Amino acid sequence: MLPIVEHPAAAKKFVTDPNRSRWHDQALWFVRSKRDKQAASLPEWEYLRETASQIKTHTIANLAFYLQQFEDNAIARGAQVHWALDAAHHNEIVLGILKDHKTKRIVKSKSMLTEECGLNHFLEDNGIDVVDTDLGERIVQLRGETPSHIVLPAIHIKKEEVGDTFHQHLGTDEGASDPKYLTEAARGHLRSKFLAGEIGITGVNFAIAETGGIVVCTNEGNADLGTSLPKVHIACMGIEKLLPRQRDLGVFTRLLARSATGQPITSYTSHFTGPRDENSELHIVLVDNGRSRLRESESFRAAMHCIRCGACMNTCPVYRRSGGHSYRATVPGPIGSVLSPTRDQNTYKSLPYACSLCGSCTDVCPVKIPLHHQLLAWRGELVGKKLLPRSKRLAMKMASRLFRSPFLFALAGKLGRTALRVLPHWATHHSLNTWTIARELPKPPKESFRDWHRKHRAK
Amino acid sequence: MPVALFVPCYIDQFFPDVAIATLELLERLGVNVCYPEGQTCCGQPMANTGCNQDTEPVARRLVKLFADFDAVVCPSGSCVSMVRNHYGAYFSPDDAEFKHVTENTYELCEYLHDVIGLDHLDVKFPHRVSLHQSCHGLRELRLGQSSESMTERENKVRNMLNLVQGIQWVEPDRPDDCCGFGGTFAVNEADVSAEMGRARIADHCGKGSEVLASADMSCLMHLQGLIRREHNPIQVMHVAQILSGRPLGSV
Amino acid sequence: MANMTGHHSNNTDARQAILDRINTKQVTAPALPDVDVTRVIVFDDPLEKFAEMLAFVGGQAHVVDSASDIKPILDQIDVFRDATRIVSLVPEAISGTVDATQVDDPHELATIDWTIARGEFMVAENGAIWIDGDSLPHRVLLFIAQYLAIVVPKSKIVSNMHQAYEQIEGYQSRFGVFVSGPSKTADIEQSLVLGAHGCRKLQVFIVANA
Repeated sequence: MLPIVEHPAAAKKFVTDPNRSRWHDQALWFVRSKRDKQAASLPEWEYLRETASQIKTHTIANLAFYLQQFEDNAIARGAQVHWALDAAHHNEIVLGILKDHKTKRIVKSKSMLTEECGLNHFLEDNGIDVVDTDLGERIVQLRGETPSHIVLPAIHIKKEEVGDTFHQHLGTDEGASDPKYLTEAARGHLRSKFLAGEIGITGVNFAIAETGGIVVCTNEGNADLGTSLPKVHIACMGIEKLLPRQRDLGVFTRLLARSATGQPITSYTSHFTGPRDENSELHIVLVDNGRSRLRESESFRAAMHCIRCGACMNTCPVYRRSGGHSYRATVPGPIGSVLSPTRDQNTYKSLPYACSLCGSCTDVCPVKIPLHHQLLAWRGELVGKKLLPRSKRLAMKMASRLFRSPFLFALAGKLGRTALRVLPHWATHHSLNTWTIARELPKPPKESFRDWHRKHRAK
Repeated sequence: MPVALFVPCYIDQFFPDVAIATLELLERLGVNVCYPEGQTCCGQPMANTGCNQDTEPVARRLVKLFADFDAVVCPSGSCVSMVRNHYGAYFSPDDAEFKHVTENTYELCEYLHDVIGLDHLDVKFPHRVSLHQSCHGLRELRLGQSSESMTERENKVRNMLNLVQGIQWVEPDRPDDCCGFGGTFAVNEADVSAEMGRARIADHCGKGSEVLASADMSCLMHLQGLIRREHNPIQVMHVAQILSGRPLGSV
Repeated sequence: MANMTGHHSNNTDARQAILDRINTKQVTAPALPDVDVTRVIVFDDPLEKFAEMLAFVGGQAHVVDSASDIKPILDQIDVFRDATRIVSLVPEAISGTVDATQVDDPHELATIDWTIARGEFMVAENGAIWIDGDSLPHRVLLFIAQYLAIVVPKSKIVSNMHQAYEQIEGYQSRFGVFVSGPSKTADIEQSLVLGAHGCRKLQVFIVANA
């Protein structure tokens, strides 16, 4: 059983440090602004979102058909296809391939799926050296942390902190924090890792049923470097990554990078169909890990449309202030708060409430997942399962009673306003009244509107 | 049948002038307005907490109360969104009263803009004003174009305020970032909520706005609480108050 | 979470279990939509847009009359003049110093300074160029070289990615990649740095008389 995540408590340190939270907020807002410019550059933006949503809806509905079509075609092109029921099974499959090749040195490019499955720790526990090659992931890995964002893994870390980490691990100059200098150092360090890597592991952005091919998108070129030197490429993907046809990529490659980082496309959009040559191997691991169950839910099925662009994180005002680690989940932010409770409702029950229901995530999502409505739907589910604290459920029950009786409502309002007027400030503004920790209560008027109306408009 | 004025619970109790201003404005425009006694709340606090069983009777009460009016007008985007977009969970889709009420409940600016077609107001407000666009008005009711969306939409709130003479618009850097109220969110996630609110206030203040105007008083209640605590040089006003000719400092 | 203990049954069982689980829930959905080409952007001057977008993504475009015009331009670039290990897949433009077809192990290409590659076509909307893996004796050439130049015929250009995928419909290569600008990262405080792992710079030669 995982410990229960209390988002407000988990966010407190980050959000109450303005140097951290405001800097983080600005960094992500900058990314969102770049996204807005790119989206606005295409008159067909909303049409693309709608089309992408339809393609995903269609694919997820017919998932069994497309998975089998993909498998057939991938095998025909020489790939080996593995099916994993869950995270543990996925990890065993990957370890099995590594053992078959008696390898201990892995170069890995970014894959949220392997993060979800905890692959790194699992392999390390089995004596395997895994090097994350995405710069952000490498920074996080060297610091013994986890990514705080699915596209920008080190967005929570300041350059001075990266400098300290690199000084310690890569021998860069003490106090050096110039991103150019640090990136150059990482390039040199990771080159040697690439050259020494015996197997390359990548995630998958899209898998194409009609060709059996997979597509991996990176800016750094690390997935390509990591798979074009060793003879074995292991590609790990959730079963929702499928697209029926190659031409569907036209829609998704236009949306992905624009939404994610405000680029018109990633630097490298690599299409792998089968292994590199007759002497190489391509292993594709298809992972369920709760996805087929998620597919059964009318309320949350659309979350399977997600292409992991991270746009909902960049735009989320809560994520921007509280940082990705406050969600204590592989995928943070709005989509994470929808997905995490599907894995464990009790552990992640506070996440659907870590949301002001502003709806920005829904409007930014390139595949039109109704994220804020799903978060609201989750609240209903959690209350139905009695996972909301009793005190809160009771408060709402009381409120409901009050609102059903105009007399009681008016009376309670009058008492409340009177109390506010006659009681000293300290009696109403204290730490037990959470509203007043940072804010004043409204100045209570002498009469309510209903009182005023009775006096002035009574007929 | 007259038009019903729907006054959100917190406006009734804490900001009666917003409701008075709404009523006076509609009366001045010749609308036959009626305030049905016995109204309380749309049920949003319970619904947004996920307490659907506690919401249902409140929603049913509201629909019953307003079922006989041609239209229902409310000076809150959030409460209107609750009725229009979320009442479906509590009624059968062919329930005639439910359909009538949800289809004919309007946010104030939306009503002025779409139904009355208001194109003239004899009102002055010679101040530097910035608009706080409430999320539910913007993204649930589509009273304007949210900055994420590439679908062009008229901004109905701004269009109405543009009828007032003398407003000098001040534009914040972020046109529609959430203020952090979010109902019970403001208390559940008090730290994040307050930080979101401070960022909005700093943005509007930093641009020299004197008045932070919004069509949702709930956002303003939260922002005003922060402004008063931190003594920021800015005031809040509901759009209805500006449209009805209230002077600066009416909230 | 399902069975964590011991080993799972073999691949066939897992496959069947996943497919069964999916098949137990019938979901109705709309048919697969096709993109209406009249609704997507096309450019009056795609080449101009391509050059603009290539610059935006950190690359540099050079329009030349013929392949023989490429070397003089590269010679003006210090890091090309000083380069000793050059792989050219476009011999009519540049004669390389390393013959990659004679290399068995791609690791031997680790010290390549420049790769001159052949691009199939350009995409105006994002400055991308499609490179067919079959044109590469080793696919690592594109990623391991310190600098990259791509030579592409001027007539081979499309406006958008829908047209791009039309161009490569049914291609049979094991590998193909859209390259848009040099390798880059912004993982340290969102500061854009060119040359993350792959090429530090990208030159694109657009040849009129290819």
